[in-house]
Amino acid sequence: MAKVRAHRVLPGFGLSLGYTLAYLSLIVLIPLAAVFIRSTELSFDSFWEIASARIGDLPLPERTDGRRNFWEIVTSPAVMASYRLSFGASLLAGAINMVFGFLLAWSLVRYSFPGKRIVDAMVDLPFALPTAVAGIALTALYAENGWLGQYLEPLGIKVAFTPLGVLVALVFIGLPFVVRTVQPVLEDLDTELEEAAASLGAGRWQTMWRVVLPTLIPALLTGFALAFARAVGEYGSVIFIAGNIPLVSEIAPLIIITKLEQYDYAGATAVAVVMLVVSFLVLLVINGLQSWSDRRSAKGV
Amino acid sequence: MVTAKASVDVRSGAARFQASTATRDPPWTKVAILAISLGFFALFLLMPLIAVFVEAFRRGWALYVAALVEPDALSAIRLTLTIAAIAVPLNLVFGVAAAWAITKFDFRGKQLLISLIDLPFSVSPVISGLVFVLVFGAQGWLGPWLAEHGIKIIFAVPGIVLATVFVTFPFVARELIPLMQAQGRDEEEAALVLGATGWQMFRKITLPNIKWALLYGVILCNARAMGEFGAVSVVSGHIRGQTNTMPLHVEILYNEYQFAAAFAVASLLALLALVTLILKAYVEWRSAANSRQGEAP
Repeated sequence: MAKVRAHRVLPGFGLSLGYTLAYLSLIVLIPLAAVFIRSTELSFDSFWEIASARIGDLPLPERTDGRRNFWEIVTSPAVMASYRLSFGASLLAGAINMVFGFLLAWSLVRYSFPGKRIVDAMVDLPFALPTAVAGIALTALYAENGWLGQYLEPLGIKVAFTPLGVLVALVFIGLPFVVRTVQPVLEDLDTELEEAAASLGAGRWQTMWRVVLPTLIPALLTGFALAFARAVGEYGSVIFIAGNIPLVSEIAPLIIITKLEQYDYAGATAVAVVMLVVSFLVLLVINGLQSWSDRRSAKGV
Repeated sequence: MVTAKASVDVRSGAARFQASTATRDPPWTKVAILAISLGFFALFLLMPLIAVFVEAFRRGWALYVAALVEPDALSAIRLTLTIAAIAVPLNLVFGVAAAWAITKFDFRGKQLLISLIDLPFSVSPVISGLVFVLVFGAQGWLGPWLAEHGIKIIFAVPGIVLATVFVTFPFVARELIPLMQAQGRDEEEAALVLGATGWQMFRKITLPNIKWALLYGVILCNARAMGEFGAVSVVSGHIRGQTNTMPLHVEILYNEYQFAAAFAVASLLALLALVTLILKAYVEWRSAANSRQGEAP
């Protein structure tokens, strides 16, 4: 440590790190901690209920309306249905994006076609377009009388105001994550690998399956995980097209909003804690995938 | 041999792969992949964007303009600009400070710090709003104290600013950190040895080196700050003319079945997104040109 300190010639370490830590704590860490601390109040309540029930004759202390058992809230049918929809649709959207995102990245790196630069720039549209705007635009497209909806309706496919609509919105917002993680890896891919495979007699498909795709797996999985993480918490682009029918097309973030509107802070907090825990687990997985991917490309060099 | 390979690689993008049969796809595969990927692109990205503008102008110019100059819309635009004008500079200063501490010094827990800075990206926007309700709301930690002193944060402008700062928190820092890490410390140290003051060193060495990444981060941060919906929706209270941002105004109009007006306001936000993408492409192009210049002998 002393050795490191001796090398510190540049100024501003204390100031910049101090400011960073203070700002980070005030804006992010303390408010996030509030959710977890609030939820421990809840678990304490349920603990108290159980404990006092054992004692039996002691009356339960007066509780304000919102306070209930943590598990009771997060396993209620409506909440469970919303988790199933949010996590299920996010997984599916991530998988769809993994396939089409790969093809799009492949087109952008390997082929030249008119308007390529525009397509390349537009891939980031879901990052730049406000989610509410995306939401109403998708609804306008897929509603019964919409541009696309009117052709799907006779086929018996209903998109808007069904779980399928949720999926469409999640595919929209997840696409750039896959393209932008796969694209740089594809660009750095050494053409010699493919040339070697070809000179050893491999066909184009064999080279694709045995040589190209395996090197892309870490990037593809990272893109999938990033798209999934974003989709699970997504709100703005989904609520307009989802129709928000309880038990059918109600996503988990909407449950939080509904509970807040009913002043059920404890309920909202409980649902939020489960989502946060899942998000953090996904974040750990993403970090692991990224270091795997980095190690791979380092080995390649 | 090495120079020959380098000169091949310099050939713009796709041509490099079309040169050899080993990396060239058969024509029908190429056509199929292009058709599928561009079809997917058109269906999921292009059509929603076009739909915004077509729906906005469906009822004519007069209605479009009327929807934008109406008092509630104007106050929503004003509020959105105000929020971005506060949130973006705050995160800009933070981003530079954080990147400076992380890339120019060695200390324990650096990796953890980087992960914590990225944390807001993995939190649902709705939860980003909820956390501030739990701290500052009527039933929150500071709620009673704030009420006693007549300070309103939730369902008022300060709450919207806080939620926006939270969701846009990592943008500038995460653009700067990898770049400054790659640039190292030598140039700054040389400047100090040659007698520059700390401020001179920052202004003449660091700032020119990071300006494109900084601009890039600010552009993305601004786009998100102006467009944020979920987090702001939780803390705003949707008071027309007071705590309604542009995205929230779009929602209200839409839910009142004023579709043309909703899409008119939405088209302004879509325009902002397009400007963001153009600026982003320009900055990328400029910084690529800069780094090529740096490499040239």
